[in-house]
Amino acid sequence: MREIQSSQITEVVAELCQRANYELPEDVVEALGRSREAATSQVARTVLDQLLENARLSREEHIPYCQDTGLAVVFVELGQDIHLVDGDIYAAINAGVRQGYEEGYLRPSVVGNPLDRATNTGDNTPAIVHLRMVPGDEIKLHLAAKGGGSENMSALWMLTPADGAEGVVEAIADRIQEAGGKPCPPLILGVAIGGNFEKAALLAKEALLRPLGQPNYAPQLAELEQRVLAAVNATGVGPMGLGGGDTALAVHLLSYPCHLASLPVALNVQCHAARHHCAII
Amino acid sequence: MSEAREIRLPLDRQIVTQLRAGDALHLSGVIYTARDAAHQRLISALEAGQQLPIDLDGSVIYYCGPTPAPPERVIGAAGPTTSSRMDTFAPQLYAAGVQATIGKGQRAAQVRQACREYGTLYLIATGGAGALLSSFITDAQVVGYADLGPEAVRKLTVSCLPVLVAYDTRGGSIFPADQELG
Repeated sequence: MREIQSSQITEVVAELCQRANYELPEDVVEALGRSREAATSQVARTVLDQLLENARLSREEHIPYCQDTGLAVVFVELGQDIHLVDGDIYAAINAGVRQGYEEGYLRPSVVGNPLDRATNTGDNTPAIVHLRMVPGDEIKLHLAAKGGGSENMSALWMLTPADGAEGVVEAIADRIQEAGGKPCPPLILGVAIGGNFEKAALLAKEALLRPLGQPNYAPQLAELEQRVLAAVNATGVGPMGLGGGDTALAVHLLSYPCHLASLPVALNVQCHAARHHCAII
Repeated sequence: MSEAREIRLPLDRQIVTQLRAGDALHLSGVIYTARDAAHQRLISALEAGQQLPIDLDGSVIYYCGPTPAPPERVIGAAGPTTSSRMDTFAPQLYAAGVQATIGKGQRAAQVRQACREYGTLYLIATGGAGALLSSFITDAQVVGYADLGPEAVRKLTVSCLPVLVAYDTRGGSIFPADQELG
């Protein structure tokens, strides 16, 4: 048994909130750079140059990369041998988000009542927490600052088994075409096939946290990732919906066993502001 | 793509009608922020004949909810939010005198039509470039609906803010997806 204090969790979460918003991950910066070199129109090159400059300014001048500093989505892997001695893990995480968003001059973007928009909670809580127990005595916290614009273009389909891989590719490509510039391409797509209604959605978000462009280790699924990416880029949507460059930088796909009558497919759209970092206690 | 054109605000009507979708502009002068919640209130006030916190005539509205300003800066990150969420309000605001809106992404056909009908513009700034865009803002003051926090109406003074003309006064659009529709 290893004892942990709530304050340790709170401090780590507060730091992750700020790191996520000021330091765009290196693999995303590199991918934007490659995308810029491959762009075929002046306007696409200009947009990507602005995004790269934005990443630099954000890190160096300590201004958030994007004004939508996101909902805090936290994936927790809690070791079975951990004993949290002085509190509730969810309260500890929310205290961390509150602290991080205040100290970091980040924007409170949560409304308490979805139907009454004048109910901003003021501190960007509650975070959305997904907790899983694992062997061992460590806590791993992976925090994503997930913006609303890209999230709004996400979708879930209960396809039929007969729709198959082709149905998956078509549903996603059509959705991205329809979304156009609204989710701020270039995008990263988290896709999950199988599971059930809620499992697919959760896996699609989790898939976004993978190092950018790392393929699914199953060859058949890695191939499907590439097929989806090709179909999405063939839409011609391009940076900010202006054409002339990549619509998506990568597709990360996860698969899970599902009911023999179902083919759930979840698409969680991530914009170029793919802000996430993790820490281990 | 040609050099960006330096534009002083308030917009000169003659210049507005000359601009074409795809033109790059550097805006200098005053713009006002308003997004979802503020639009609800502005439209209600307009319809009820009540006083608005800003004079809409000749104004430019920027769909933006910035992050809080750190002590040594006038504003935090300040990029555009998705314009389509304000589509239902835009034609009424253009009719009430708003000269241009600034946001990101495509909008409903009614907005493109309203730009043609009222001789107004829809401009776009690069989504997610919050830090970069804030560097072009030299002053920021809350002038209305302060209780909305990040969604309050702010008066921003901008210097060379880089935007593109997305919809012009002739029905033109910068988005490739709109080209087939003519």
